[in-house]
Amino acid sequence: MRRLGPGLVLVLVAGFAFLYLPILALIAYSFNASRLVTVWGGFSTHWYGALMANQPLLDAAWLSVRLGLVSATFATVLGTLAALALVRHGRFVGRTLFSGMVLAPLVMPEVVTGLSLLLLFVAVDAERGFWTVTIAHATFSLGFACIVVQSRLAGFDRSLEEAAQDLGATPLVTFATVTLPLIWPAVAAAWMLAFTLSLDDLVIASFTTGPGATTLPMRLYSAVKLGVSPEINAACTIMIGAVALAVIAASLLLKREQVAGS
Amino acid sequence: MRKSSPGSVRRAFQPWNDPAAKPLVEFRGVTRRFGAVTAVGDLSLSLYPREFFALLGPSGCGKTTLMRMLAGFERPDAGEILLDGVDITAVPPHLRPVNMMFQSYALFPHLNVADNVAYGLKREGLPRVEIARRVEEMLALVKLEGLGRRRPDQLSGGQRQRVALARALAKKPKLLLLDEPMAALDRKLREATQFELMDLQSELGMTFMVVTHDQDEAMTMADRMAVMDHGKLVQIGPPDVIYEAPANRHVAEFVGDINLFEGRVAAIEGDLVKVETSFAGTIELDEEAPALGVGEPVLVGLRPEKIDLGHDEPIGVANKVAGEIWDIGYLGDFTMIQVMIGGEDGQLLKVALANRTRRIARPFAWEDKVWLSWDIEAGLVLRP
Repeated sequence: MRRLGPGLVLVLVAGFAFLYLPILALIAYSFNASRLVTVWGGFSTHWYGALMANQPLLDAAWLSVRLGLVSATFATVLGTLAALALVRHGRFVGRTLFSGMVLAPLVMPEVVTGLSLLLLFVAVDAERGFWTVTIAHATFSLGFACIVVQSRLAGFDRSLEEAAQDLGATPLVTFATVTLPLIWPAVAAAWMLAFTLSLDDLVIASFTTGPGATTLPMRLYSAVKLGVSPEINAACTIMIGAVALAVIAASLLLKREQVAGS
Repeated sequence: MRKSSPGSVRRAFQPWNDPAAKPLVEFRGVTRRFGAVTAVGDLSLSLYPREFFALLGPSGCGKTTLMRMLAGFERPDAGEILLDGVDITAVPPHLRPVNMMFQSYALFPHLNVADNVAYGLKREGLPRVEIARRVEEMLALVKLEGLGRRRPDQLSGGQRQRVALARALAKKPKLLLLDEPMAALDRKLREATQFELMDLQSELGMTFMVVTHDQDEAMTMADRMAVMDHGKLVQIGPPDVIYEAPANRHVAEFVGDINLFEGRVAAIEGDLVKVETSFAGTIELDEEAPALGVGEPVLVGLRPEKIDLGHDEPIGVANKVAGEIWDIGYLGDFTMIQVMIGGEDGQLLKVALANRTRRIARPFAWEDKVWLSWDIEAGLVLRP
């Protein structure tokens, strides 16, 4: 491997510092004993304890987790089906339109997605709360799930499915016994990605939620408006940990799949 | 009297010549188009029970499409396909009593060898004990006992091919389709496997249809073969008939090597045809009941191994021509010699000499002046 020159190393370090120093600072200050956010008062896990006593924050966290579980499951099922349609069924009528519509939320500004969904929910007079946010999250993370599964399907040896059918498996049995076992790492990765996206989202949730359904990012955001407390730092640290774990697990799954699929 | 005309070789198994024989598979006027390309055009073909049938043709000739229609992966645009007298044209692949061995083998990478072989049996809903027994039986048949727990990626290419074969045979199909079965094997293994496959086929009494672009493979294994080109069957027959009596120039050139002389029919005396050629003088050949007219333009085909080569002018032979050696290709079992006849701008002929002794110094060298000669039964007449 080629060694990097000192200039490049400097740029690299500066780049990573810009990206990750704030996060590291946040994590460090979550262990701060002082009440003042910017003054170091010694190491303490006090704020994690306080967090456990903060019922509204815990409620919001639990809501976000449930929201993530449900919306990620919807997004993964629909995204996988969309990927199957796009990869397997060749050039059906309206394929380009379908592909564009599935993937549009990837590039659509969140404000637009959120606002249009809000208008839709108002128009159909849906009671806004857990289910409207779930639908909104499933909608925008579906495209991400579709892309992840699609890339796995594209490298899939079609003759495996033909062999299964040749041996007497119906199309549905073929999917369950051959296709799904072979693409499941990508499906699991898609689910984790969708879960993470749902957990992180503030903008779309703000638009589509109603009274009584406040997600964790929304709760944190409103708390920050009153001033940053070390408690928020602690909550964010836990969230960072959860998201990092999910992303690492997803990338490990995809890596394993590449080794097995080669 | 003719000693052995092509096609008169005695065969015990010739259901295609028996009008009472019931075909296992019938293609009736089958057509399959892909956009503007006609992959298979108005094709009719019958396969008989217990037959080992080979479909030979260059890539893109439609042979794979024909087989995939039999397996059910392609629907014909016109015509019908019958299996045991039943129209299966619209039957989906999973309901057809036909199994296929894929060129890529298509082994399920997430299942071990035993589960791969058991896959089709499980779909039939057989009891566990019966499945286990059949899997053992199949693995023994392809000599893979004890490898049931292995994963496909822990096997060699030859072993993978056997697993694919065992899996396709496990359901005891009426018809087994083999798509380029030897393409991924090295030459030694290929030869051995060809004979094993033939033994297996006669032992099981199944009908095999193999698709291949390798003529040696087709000729070794098949009872009958078809040469396909541009979606049509050009000729169907036993391998020796295809080789010795090709229907036209395309078949003659595709199956084996052949020298072709352009010429005109000069005279017909009973079965003896004399053809006037540009570079080889008048060629005499024995043609049963020639349907030819004097003056008609024809091609004379001559296989390289049917030509004799010598330094001295041969006496008392029907056909001879002088030439000069241009190239010598030593191939071990035989030597392919290129001889130019009719001077610099003449015609290059291929002559195959069997290397029957271990002499390193061969009797022929580059630029030798030589004589070529052949029997009246060596050449064949083709329409251009």
